[in-house]
Amino acid sequence: MSNHEKKGGQVPQPDLSRRRFLGAAGAGAAVAASGGVAFAQGKPDPLITEIQDWNRYLGDSVAAHPYGKPSKFEAHVVRRDVEWLTASRESSINFTPIHALDGIITPNGVCFERHHGGAPEIDPSKHRLMINGLVDKPLVFTMEDLKRFPGRTNKIFFLECAANGGMEWKGAQLNGCQFTHGMIHNVMYTGIPLKVLLDEAGVKTNGKWVMPEGADSAAMTRSIPIEKAMKDCMVVWAMNGEALRQEQGYPLRIVVPGWEGNMWVKWLRRLEVGDQPWHHREETSKYTDLLADGRARRFTWIMDAKSIVTNPSPQAPLKSKGPNVLSGLAWSGRGTITRVDVTIDGGKNWVAARLDGPVLPLSLTRFYADIEWDGREMLIQSRAMDDTGYLQPTKDELRKVRGVNSIYHNNGIQTWLVRANGETENVEIS
Amino acid sequence: MSKFRKVLALALFAGLAASPAIAKKVGLGREALPEEVAAWDTDVRPDGAGLPPGKGSVKEGEALFLEKCASCHGEFGEAVGRWPVLVGGQGTLKGESPEKTPGSYWPFASTTFDYIKRAMPYGNARSLSDDEVYAITAFLLQMNGIVKDDFVLSKENFTSVKMPNVGNFYDDDRETTEKAFWNKNPCMKDCKKEAKVTGHARVIDVTPEDGKGVKVE
Repeated sequence: MSNHEKKGGQVPQPDLSRRRFLGAAGAGAAVAASGGVAFAQGKPDPLITEIQDWNRYLGDSVAAHPYGKPSKFEAHVVRRDVEWLTASRESSINFTPIHALDGIITPNGVCFERHHGGAPEIDPSKHRLMINGLVDKPLVFTMEDLKRFPGRTNKIFFLECAANGGMEWKGAQLNGCQFTHGMIHNVMYTGIPLKVLLDEAGVKTNGKWVMPEGADSAAMTRSIPIEKAMKDCMVVWAMNGEALRQEQGYPLRIVVPGWEGNMWVKWLRRLEVGDQPWHHREETSKYTDLLADGRARRFTWIMDAKSIVTNPSPQAPLKSKGPNVLSGLAWSGRGTITRVDVTIDGGKNWVAARLDGPVLPLSLTRFYADIEWDGREMLIQSRAMDDTGYLQPTKDELRKVRGVNSIYHNNGIQTWLVRANGETENVEIS
Repeated sequence: MSKFRKVLALALFAGLAASPAIAKKVGLGREALPEEVAAWDTDVRPDGAGLPPGKGSVKEGEALFLEKCASCHGEFGEAVGRWPVLVGGQGTLKGESPEKTPGSYWPFASTTFDYIKRAMPYGNARSLSDDEVYAITAFLLQMNGIVKDDFVLSKENFTSVKMPNVGNFYDDDRETTEKAFWNKNPCMKDCKKEAKVTGHARVIDVTPEDGKGVKVE
């Protein structure tokens, strides 16, 4: 069977786990899976034999939670930030708890945030969108106008900050995939194609670039080539079925599928059409990739294929020997994930993971590998391939061509060391 | 078919039939007035497009910088704490700790003007007059050794300012220079002899000593 044919199948466990582990001296004595923590050998479980409060008394009324929140037992599943990373928390970043999520959709309340001047609170009745520049007729829309446009559509896309993993160029630094890979989210957007609005204004023949601008105090601007703007960009007001969250651009943002998150301008108030790029701050001094020779790449818009094992990971260690589910996410800004390979021996041997759930272009893709763990150390990695044949490189391969000062676009293969006690660490390997 | 349905069907059909050829206008929104466009369209390009009338001297800029910028960026642009450094950094771009300032890195002076006008001072954006933005830009250029002490920056002479690092940017070429990453048949078995841990995140954890971590831009 070729590698490619393995895609979608079960991981052939003997290759990677049982043979390797059981072959070693003493491994045969590995402790069996532990089972429930409170379960005393041979005695009945009081959680079963005794009537529990929730089984006797009434629960919350339907009026208790007009807008529902996750169970209090999930209170640890939150965005987190690293205070020392930035000078101000209004121009800063927090991270999606990807180690505690499953499937491909990120819940709205934990989608990572990146603001350059804080997240403004904008009354939608006071929000305006202007289109000007090289158009036949400059236009102004209210939110109500936008929601009346024909051609409304729903699309699922990942949004990844170009600096996701940016702290890891010089070596393993942050312990947790929330921090190393959590500048990403994946939601379903509702809105209209940007093309619909540009056509309404009428782009002049010399209109080659579109510049979205935010209404916030940073007034973010980026230059987008007209081909991309007309191809698949969207102007959206909803995510996962409800209005955009304030921190995600309420009431309006632009969606630039597959391209770096910085371009997805939030609190979108203006679209200017021009014949040249603007070379503004976020596409010159920032979001350009400094290479080892001192020169810098600019307009590196596409997010390269990437993957990460979210479980186990430093914040989600292994707790029991025996069967375990290795789980992760893969994505590519060039198209659709066709395959994810995983290794538990630091890249000596790989097997194809199982892609599960919708496998969509420019979206997060969930993968699983069902493993049998006998308690020996593992070096876990994943590598993604997309439908252009791009294969996620190792960190060293990436450093060889880019040096270590790029900050942005670090899509190198991540390694987790799983220790005998299940504790998991961010490491670099040879 | 009821009369209403027939009308609806016709309306839908008409809508569909009209869509291909030249995009039919939906007719939503209204024309933007020149004053409205002027209020929001403040962006400036490297060729000078978008620059407002006005001027400002290095000397005026120094006074303004001390008053409005130095509390974060430092009196000499050296930065306070983790705020952006605005001066120096020349010759560091190939080194271990590149310092990317307008003087060492930014390719165009227009970027400085545009950014100060749209987003500075931090927390009080759009509070500077155009002359003040010209003056602060002039002072930043002077501190970076790009213009002389007596320079007066204006709409007229703006494009004569050349930034030292302008030649060191080039467009994304990953699809050619990183062609090796396209590999449809990666190794699956016995791919390497050993895999040894060479570094741990534990050394620098998520709660390192204050200010010792790397910067996020």
